[in-house]
Amino acid sequence: MGTIQTNVTTGDTSEELALIQSAREGDIAAFEQLIRKYDRNVFRIAQHITQNREDAEDVVQDAFLKAYQNLKQFQGNSKFYTWLVRIAVNEALMKLRKRKSSKTVSMDEDVETEDGSVPREVADWSPNPEQQYRQAELSEILEKTIQGLPMGFRTVFMLRDVEGLSTEETAETLGLSVPAVKSRLLRARLQLRERLNRYFKKKKNNDGDQSK
Amino acid sequence: MKCSQFLTELNDFLDGSLDQKLKAELSEHLTWCHNCYIVCNTTKKTIEIYRENKIYELPDTLRAKLHDAIVTKCKSSKPTPES
Ligand SMILES: [Zn+2]
Repeated sequence: MGTIQTNVTTGDTSEELALIQSAREGDIAAFEQLIRKYDRNVFRIAQHITQNREDAEDVVQDAFLKAYQNLKQFQGNSKFYTWLVRIAVNEALMKLRKRKSSKTVSMDEDVETEDGSVPREVADWSPNPEQQYRQAELSEILEKTIQGLPMGFRTVFMLRDVEGLSTEETAETLGLSVPAVKSRLLRARLQLRERLNRYFKKKKNNDGDQSK
Repeated sequence: MKCSQFLTELNDFLDGSLDQKLKAELSEHLTWCHNCYIVCNTTKKTIEIYRENKIYELPDTLRAKLHDAIVTKCKSSKPTPES
């Protein structure tokens, strides 16, 4: 069985470092190029955490503004992308805290018992199960499914598996230990798999029985 | 190898970050344990589906609106001085 290839296309090139340097000196056009490069990622991350479109829009603006204002603090010892993601995650968490005013929101809030990782239903999927759905339907399924996960789980899954950060970078970004990231990632992956069963599993007959 | 042990190593197995010996043991488990085989396959597929069908895409109109807003804010802000 093949392994999952992570294609991280976010290493700092000399071109990117030049843009950062110009932006530091106040060149907004250079900074705009950095926005263009990473805005989609920042928006996705913000949506995943806040689960609210307006909040996500605010987070994108606040995160890039904060990055611009603090560019001098960016040390070349981490990737610019990782640094930016960390700012975005913090902004998104702050938004969440404002919404849920009394409750503190943190990455540690939803630590559960270990048994979230034992598969309850083992069902094989039909080949290319995603092709049974139109793109819009599929997006809806994927959104609904991941929204059901605790925030700490879905954030780890999204950073690690969707945005392509390494385990260490994910840990650094979220202020978690590497073992905590690994355990959350496993549970997130297994829980998503389990929740997708109802959409993707092989049908035993063609009557579309929904009774289960 | 037991199924529970297989599950513990599943992440590293999927990410290809296991040493050869452990990887061989896991592969061997998959040859006879149908449940783990399915869990492994469908978990791998789960990751691929989320990776290939990115949700929350940023629409172009919103993107332009956000760019303008960010640039305006940057222009009227002073970078934090070096400490
Ligand atoms: Zn097994």
